[in-house]
Amino acid sequence: MLTNWLYVGLFIIVALVLPAVTIIVPRFIAPKKPNRIKVDVYECGIETVGEAWVQFKVQYYIFALVFLVFDIETVFLYPWAVAFDKLPLFAVMEGVLFIALLLAGLVYLWRKGVLEWA
Amino acid sequence: MDTALLIEWLIKSVILLFFGLTGFAYLTLLERRALARIQVRIGPNRAGPWGLLQPLADGIKLIFKEELIPPLADKPLFILSPILTVLPALIIWAVIPWGRQIVIAGREINLYLTDINVGVLYLTAVASIAVYGITLAGWSSNNKYALLGGLRSSAQMVSYELALGLAFLGPIMLAGSMSLVDIVEAQKNLWFVVPQFLGFIIFLLAGLAEVNRAPFDMPEAEQELTAGYHTEYSGMKFALFFMAEYIKMIAISAIAATLFLGGYRLPFIDLPPILDPVVLFIKIFVLVFGMIWVRATLPRLRYDRLMALGWKVLLPLALVNVFITAVIMVFTG
Repeated sequence: MLTNWLYVGLFIIVALVLPAVTIIVPRFIAPKKPNRIKVDVYECGIETVGEAWVQFKVQYYIFALVFLVFDIETVFLYPWAVAFDKLPLFAVMEGVLFIALLLAGLVYLWRKGVLEWA
Repeated sequence: MDTALLIEWLIKSVILLFFGLTGFAYLTLLERRALARIQVRIGPNRAGPWGLLQPLADGIKLIFKEELIPPLADKPLFILSPILTVLPALIIWAVIPWGRQIVIAGREINLYLTDINVGVLYLTAVASIAVYGITLAGWSSNNKYALLGGLRSSAQMVSYELALGLAFLGPIMLAGSMSLVDIVEAQKNLWFVVPQFLGFIIFLLAGLAEVNRAPFDMPEAEQELTAGYHTEYSGMKFALFFMAEYIKMIAISAIAATLFLGGYRLPFIDLPPILDPVVLFIKIFVLVFGMIWVRATLPRLRYDRLMALGWKVLLPLALVNVFITAVIMVFTG
């Protein structure tokens, strides 16, 4: 089993060669003549106004929080799904109940208006 | 671990990467030609016969292009983010089986890189790393368009990922395993698209959003954000983002084929194992062509609409799908 993961790890190293080559090779053969106007931040051709690292109101902030909760709950369902055939009816019903709870949670969020943009 | 195994494995990964790259190159050509045909144009046909050398010409051009890094950008992140985007698209291939076992010179060779028992979990985990690359690319450029593109990308991620994760559950439950080889073998006589049709549709929609393809290509919406998260990228770094998108398109199609369309197998017919990759290739081709077709047909969604689609349609449907699957499986045994 562990050797299987070793393959994955080694494949990652082999795969890293590709982006490494594409980042390093142009350093030697691509021309490099930057000037002030060329390296300016692109803003439809006019001079750049201010910078982009400002405080930004992220409309979906609450979505992200809800997402975290639901994502973890989804992961909980994976082992249940794998063992589905071998589970006794009781455990199956628990899983079904869990999904029903998730649905109820979603309905609650919906009714509370969380799924609308603030 | 013996040396022969290591060499066999190295050859397999190099072949896999080679096919990934060629697939990427010719997918760009296929997309341009197909889009052109749909829009009653001709498309690139000058470089080589039917434009077959076009990807090569594009690649050579991009290598010799000047690469600009804006002085205001966060340089380490600016260089890291294309790598972070392309790497998951490549390593996702490690667990996708493209055939059974063949015998070459008396040696049994498995036509997959590795068969880990949590294959599907690996897919979900790796597939969602790329969103960091895109968001960081948008942020590190210090460009307003890029920042908006990056933000949209994370907005997209929080809306489709749940449905995607839940769509995976159907095939897992039916096969009773997370290993992709087991899932394919379980579809010997019945493709999972039949009992899991709803799951398949959810997977396709979420998959389109996952690879940022039209109609869910808000992170790079050309008409509003110039080029979105890769506005400031040029030369080969831009090519890396492009490569990531296209290789991921092929990967998502391969995953859809593996989980729902019987992978490398045809129902009832037992082909020799050497033809397995061809069967998988045909399925991937059909799905990828579908993606291109969708791009040519549908307009882009507004991104709060996408969030509404993800949260109010796909997520409840996916939950209900798992629920119904569980109940039916209990009753049919």
